[in-house]
Amino acid sequence: MPTITETATTSPIGRQTPRIDGPFKVSGTAMYASDFNFTGLLFAVPVEATIANGKLQKLDASEAEKMPGVRAIFHRANIGKIFRSVLQPPNSGIADERRPPLADDVIRYYGQYVAIAVADTFEAAKAAADAVRATYTKDKPNVNLDLQPESEPEAVETTHGRLKRLQSERGDPDKAFASAQVKVDQTYVTPAETHNPIELQGTIAMWDGQMLTIYEESQAVFNLRSVLAQMFGLPKENVRVITKFVGSGFGSKLWPWTHCALACAAARQLGKPVKLVLSRRMMFQSVGHRPRTQQRVRLGATNEGKLVSLMQDYLNDLDILGGYHENCGESTSYFYSVPNLRVHWGRTRRNIASPTPMRGPGAVPGLFATESAMNELADQLKIDPVRLRELNEPKIDEGKGIPFSSRHYLECLQRGGERFGWANRNAEVGSMKRDGSILGWGMSGAAWIAGRFPAQASVELRDDGSARVACGTQDIGTGTYTILAQLVSDKTGVPLNKIEVVLGDTSLPPGPISGGSLVTGSIVPAVFDAADNAITSLLTVATTEPGSPFGNRTPDDLAFEAGRVFAKADGLAKGVSVSDLLRRTNMRLVTGSGKSEGTLDEKKPKVSMHSYCCHFVEVTWQPATARLHVNRVVTVIDGGRIINPLAGRNQIEGAVVMGVGMALLEHTIYDPQNGAPINSNLADYLMAVNADAPLMEVHFLDYPDTDVNPLGARGIGEIGLAGVAAAITAATYHATGVRVRELPIRIEDLLTSSILA
Amino acid sequence: MKIFELTRADDPRQAIAAAAKANTAQQGADIRFIAGGTNLVDYMKLNVETPRQLVDVNHLPFDKIEALPDGGLSIGAVVRNSDLAYHPIVRKNYAVLSEALLSGASPQLRNMATTAGNLLQRTRCMYFRDTAMPCNKREPGSGCAAITGVNRGLAILGTSEHCIASNPSDMNVALAALEATIHISGPKGERSVTIGDFHLLPGNTPNRETVLEPGDLITHVTLPPPSPGNRSLYLKLRDRASFEFALASAAVVITADGGKITRARVALGGVGTKPWRSMEAEGELTGQSATQAVFQKAAEAALRDAKPQSQNGFKVELAKRCLVHALKLVTQTA
Repeated sequence: MPTITETATTSPIGRQTPRIDGPFKVSGTAMYASDFNFTGLLFAVPVEATIANGKLQKLDASEAEKMPGVRAIFHRANIGKIFRSVLQPPNSGIADERRPPLADDVIRYYGQYVAIAVADTFEAAKAAADAVRATYTKDKPNVNLDLQPESEPEAVETTHGRLKRLQSERGDPDKAFASAQVKVDQTYVTPAETHNPIELQGTIAMWDGQMLTIYEESQAVFNLRSVLAQMFGLPKENVRVITKFVGSGFGSKLWPWTHCALACAAARQLGKPVKLVLSRRMMFQSVGHRPRTQQRVRLGATNEGKLVSLMQDYLNDLDILGGYHENCGESTSYFYSVPNLRVHWGRTRRNIASPTPMRGPGAVPGLFATESAMNELADQLKIDPVRLRELNEPKIDEGKGIPFSSRHYLECLQRGGERFGWANRNAEVGSMKRDGSILGWGMSGAAWIAGRFPAQASVELRDDGSARVACGTQDIGTGTYTILAQLVSDKTGVPLNKIEVVLGDTSLPPGPISGGSLVTGSIVPAVFDAADNAITSLLTVATTEPGSPFGNRTPDDLAFEAGRVFAKADGLAKGVSVSDLLRRTNMRLVTGSGKSEGTLDEKKPKVSMHSYCCHFVEVTWQPATARLHVNRVVTVIDGGRIINPLAGRNQIEGAVVMGVGMALLEHTIYDPQNGAPINSNLADYLMAVNADAPLMEVHFLDYPDTDVNPLGARGIGEIGLAGVAAAITAATYHATGVRVRELPIRIEDLLTSSILA
Repeated sequence: MKIFELTRADDPRQAIAAAAKANTAQQGADIRFIAGGTNLVDYMKLNVETPRQLVDVNHLPFDKIEALPDGGLSIGAVVRNSDLAYHPIVRKNYAVLSEALLSGASPQLRNMATTAGNLLQRTRCMYFRDTAMPCNKREPGSGCAAITGVNRGLAILGTSEHCIASNPSDMNVALAALEATIHISGPKGERSVTIGDFHLLPGNTPNRETVLEPGDLITHVTLPPPSPGNRSLYLKLRDRASFEFALASAAVVITADGGKITRARVALGGVGTKPWRSMEAEGELTGQSATQAVFQKAAEAALRDAKPQSQNGFKVELAKRCLVHALKLVTQTA
């Protein structure tokens, strides 16, 4: 008979926990969507438009159709019916590009699909796609980089419903700005960026009568199901979407793209399973990107550094037909205390494909602008930028007039400053040197939404001592598999290595989208509820089923702890393990279902829930070679309770490196002549590599936010990227005297520096 | 990618005979040699190159690095870049070559890429890579989209109104400063060409990049003996710290005696349509003291004829700083 100490496990919540899916990934046994293979599988390659504005005049597939192994070339005339999907935000039918593929002959962006070749092999399909001759009438594409607001009504339709362009307003910001003692009035620009997850997007589509099964690397399997059901006129229960592993998404796999519908339509026409995997070039053309933003920020302050006015007027560019809004103003209304404020936005249409959320959408470009303006204000006032932020710390969310659930931003600043050694800063430009290089120091803060999406989960406890948890969410490489196991282990006492986690499948209880850094916060109550219900079921079994040692008890007499059922009167030591109980009652398992509501749609939230962070950055500047290197970054995160600090730190470090790329490297270049994203490969689109990565130090404050969920866990997938670029441009200014307001910082900008070593 | 035939050459004569039937040895060749394939296969996937036949030369006896009786070095055509970079003689006598090789690509690519393949490396001009775009190098007469388009990374030296594509190789820049000789075996016998004459300026025929004719097979490259007491160095400047082509680079081989430069060899990368040897800079350096002012004069001379485009004017200043700093570093350690 095992003793209690041997079976009881300490809770894995908050423990550094290696990913339970790690061994599958490093051994190559993790099945990503395009790894699946089926009898009779055909391969599809889309044909991309080579103009960005105009009309498809003629499509000649005669040569391609005759090529060996080719099954069909589909185009507008023979692809069959594809319906337009219904936008039903917040939880269903969401797509940024809603025009069904091949719906008309108008070309609105470079790379728009005009046909699709299907063949017995990938090679044959590619050769056939290359052999399709398309002729166009061309108009000059508009990919102008200078964004001017278009005349739109004050309330406009977006992918996420009708929104007011006047996002937030209080007091009289114009008047307060006009009479402010100190002013900043600058425009900041962030470029189009492409997500570039390492795993290419793709679809395997299979029909069985009126049943459609899809393997796709999706960040939102239930949304994809709803969109496909609408596009193919099916009841949604006829569509199943499976996503076991995702090789990162960064937002590009959040909403459905047209290749998926094309694969489904081709599979339907041919009555065979069809696999379609995009090329890296297509990943730049037709699966979204972070749009270009142009943001005017006006700050007015007193000589002492108290903000009196804050105005942010921002624009993003978008495609011709879509409704994407880059929410650069999300944090503006509550981050600082300021009596007079206005946030207003507009959009500009271009011959580009639809933008879509990219890691930290809105906040990342938005905070680059507002935090850069704060840093410029601090320089003008000649006060420490940390002090400026302390002076303007709000007591409540002034945008909504409600208290914060859990805000420890000042402590972030204090901890970060201490760890970095900020007190040793000499504010004079070019004044700090080490080993022949000039040092630049800069800092920035950031905030990010917290809350929950609706979620459901089920938990099984089995007679072999194992457990299974199922939730139709996704693990996009961030550690959701492991978090689900940790939650179940915490509740049931089943050790991590005996918990089977099942996710990424619409046949499971509906789970949250992997977006907004909200999965962890969303699933905690649903999984806990499911585990509680499984335990309740277990107690009922214990009191009612023949063979149980508790047959003479009622469920109220019993308790469950550390994986054991026991009579409260007799204590845990005389309890029976789950597996024992189930075996004695000849049962394989007990199950429980759990559910929790979302918080994001609350009309009148009582508290303002957000995560906070700050970054302190050191750059080195070598004028002789115009070399700028981000040397070290100290990041402090106020992200609620951290369930897995190992995966958490990994998230933040990855985000900081991505921030280095954002500040110094990343931008998608649209050819001014034909509108193509011309640097559409991983050699010409520069992202930070290991040699660019700084020394990183990450600290979590770990204050539980119990308004979000009982554990107090918020999400941390995105906040680590927000603010990094503003801290780097501040550090760059400190080192070089060059103020960069348009990202990325380029060598061309730095060559104008007059600071010498 | 178009369907092609792959044949394996077991001796040089067989390879030469096979390739002699090609329509050209330049852009659009219907028969090509393949060794590491790190460049050619890329372009075949993009349909920029569509050979009907590939002749595998990996098994030819050109995989040796050998010291020559005169003190020079012979480098076989299919020696892998990593083997060359880490070879003890190269590290000792030709540091600039080792540094140039290791500054390029990634370890995986360097393990595949070969000497001859690197000599023939094609430009990274984004319009050359995209068959939907006009490009005089890929399709003579179709125009140059780079001159009117995105040209930040392209050449400022040796350009023509038809082409501004930069030569992307780091190795070639070092070979130019080392005055390498390319040895070619062809249908008409054997010949040698200096590195300076091997690559062609784009002029009116940017599709012609080298002196190679159908059937010409690079067998090896020789380096002259190192000049006594020389120090050499490769400095590469780029946007990110690794795995990127040069915006500007400098290969310098300097012999100094008592603070005076007695011999100088200078080549620039990232700025020229071919590996850019600068005799102008060498002239300014030879016989002068190793001072910042002299280095600056050399840099001005090297970039005097630069013709920047709409986006790459910064390369003039960057290349100057690169050369000045390279000279400073190499003479500091001398």
